[in-house]
Amino acid sequence: MNAKTLFDKIWDSHVVRSIKDGPDVLYIDRHYIHEVTSPQAFNGLKERGIPVLRPGKTIATADHNIPTKDQHLAIRDLLSRNQVERLNENCQKYGIELFGLNHPKNGIVHVIGPELGYTLPGMTIVCGDSHTSTHGAFGTIAFGIGTSEVEMVLATQCILQPKPKSMRITLEGELHKGVTSKDIVMYIISRISASGATGYFVEYAGSAISSLSMESRMTICNMSIEMGARGGLIAPDETTFEYLGKIPSIPGIENLKSSVNEWKKLQDDPDAIFDKDLKFDAGLIKPMITYGTNPGMGMAIDDSIPLSDDNGNKASASFIKSLDYMGFKPGMKLLGHPIDYVFIGSCTNGRIEDFRAFAKIIKGRKKADNITALIVPGSKKVEEQMAAEGLIELYKSAGFEVRQPGCSSCLAMNEDKIPQGKYAVSTSNRNFEGRQGPGARTLLASPLTAAAAAITGRITDPREFITEEQKVKK
Amino acid sequence: MPKVKFDTLESTCVPLPFENVDTDQIIPARFLSATSRQGFGDNLFRDWRYTKTGEKNSDFVLNNPDFTGKVLVAGKNFGSGSSREHAVWAIFDYGFRAVVSSFFADIFMNNALNNGLLPIVISDDLLKKLHALIQKNPDTKVKIDLEKQTFTIVSTGDSVNFGINPYKKECLLKGLDDIDFLLSMKSLITSYENNKSK
Repeated sequence: MNAKTLFDKIWDSHVVRSIKDGPDVLYIDRHYIHEVTSPQAFNGLKERGIPVLRPGKTIATADHNIPTKDQHLAIRDLLSRNQVERLNENCQKYGIELFGLNHPKNGIVHVIGPELGYTLPGMTIVCGDSHTSTHGAFGTIAFGIGTSEVEMVLATQCILQPKPKSMRITLEGELHKGVTSKDIVMYIISRISASGATGYFVEYAGSAISSLSMESRMTICNMSIEMGARGGLIAPDETTFEYLGKIPSIPGIENLKSSVNEWKKLQDDPDAIFDKDLKFDAGLIKPMITYGTNPGMGMAIDDSIPLSDDNGNKASASFIKSLDYMGFKPGMKLLGHPIDYVFIGSCTNGRIEDFRAFAKIIKGRKKADNITALIVPGSKKVEEQMAAEGLIELYKSAGFEVRQPGCSSCLAMNEDKIPQGKYAVSTSNRNFEGRQGPGARTLLASPLTAAAAAITGRITDPREFITEEQKVKK
Repeated sequence: MPKVKFDTLESTCVPLPFENVDTDQIIPARFLSATSRQGFGDNLFRDWRYTKTGEKNSDFVLNNPDFTGKVLVAGKNFGSGSSREHAVWAIFDYGFRAVVSSFFADIFMNNALNNGLLPIVISDDLLKKLHALIQKNPDTKVKIDLEKQTFTIVSTGDSVNFGINPYKKECLLKGLDDIDFLLSMKSLITSYENNKSK
């Protein structure tokens, strides 16, 4: 028998039927839904007059289109309110478990899924959201789908999907101080471009990956889509099992030990072959920042913006348009550039570890006067943890206000918009034109880099603060 | 899921020669609060099409009366980013029936095929040539034949084959629907579940 990758093993064991020359009929173990990409799918079911086939396998939350202030009040925007109400109605009508607005376990879909134990190794997971790749950190096949496919899964618990090609990205070596998993993934994207993994499903491997916490792994898998990949996964290991072991009760799992024994088998065969195999040295990675309008336009924070996007040849119209939008010039250095906003949160960096990292730098310091900060926990649970660890107080005393959970300024569907022309250092995942509001200029970075910028009011190398701390310790 | 048929199409083109056009540009998130599939065309490319003050931006191609047609000729890596199917609904609602590029993002490609919007991949070179022809002569027409899988520039006679999954091709030609197809396999799905739980 041919040696299989972990991806092959999970995929193949979920194929209900292979269609000759066509996509596979893939069985879905876990379906997450939210208010924005589900209403049209439910309308479809109503028009057909059919039920949700397996309501127990779908989990719902409201996250994209909700305010992050005064959540106990009615949503002011009528269209947004209507969308959230439709979700409530649909979940009730079809018997779907809902962690909606004001539910004590509410939060961003890709934050609450793992923290509540709904994401488990070996699963196939889909959601009408491209950052579903986050769940790959647990050794799952997880990918984003469109609304027609949401309807497909609700109706049949299956999806028609062509099998993507496989890519392995191996990262060996040790990370330097001040370099986080966000920098790792931004580095990879900057090297292979925003479309470098299109058509592939990525497996991340190597010592620099296995040494990471689950939160950090989720950040990496989360941004797989930003290199164009269908998804990204990491084989489960002791770190995974330890994380799952801390969840008070995992739905559907009675004996965690015996499940862990099964999950341990979720590994690549030693001689498995990938369609593409890339290797990077973790020791070469510095804190990263983006300078353009797609996540591939990233560089080390102390670098200069490239002169061209084409190896010294004439810069493309897209490259020039992108820098014009950002108000930058080719060859420019970004260190010291004034900024206006800092956003920490999102399904990329809205977990407890991220708020601890941010706190590490702001502790004992004050927010710069020119900075408006949006501090948005990824879930109620993250918010509770922050409170329990004294982080909310710490943030307050440094001049930061902590909001209520939601997707917030990552996609700016609610009122958390960055104004026209303003610069935001953001821990989210996309620096597209207008992503954080019409005309907003986004610079993607890690929570440490965001914290350094929040304190100085300028683009700042977070290692300046890390070194200082070490000196103090000595 | 609407059942849309596609067989042949001959049309002039609307050129959008930028790379990495993401779905946030196609339809910004602030227009995603609707709960039906209709009406998104009004906000297609909203922030490029209108100025900050809400007037039509005369520099943008959709506001240039020289360029019309049912075929959007895009740049490389079209439809990247968010999985929002609203992007495809907006393009379709505006009146496009096919999008041509040298490279599409995966989710966008699936979404387009699921809504009867035909994504056609041609080589970088041919795409460049097509953009140049359209700029020179906005009446440049292309002809698409799905059955034969051919894409032809009418004036030059350049004709290439394009790829499409045979299953999806059949669905588009006959106006078949994925969910009807999957529902017809319900017993297979149930027996898969039974086997798994053993």
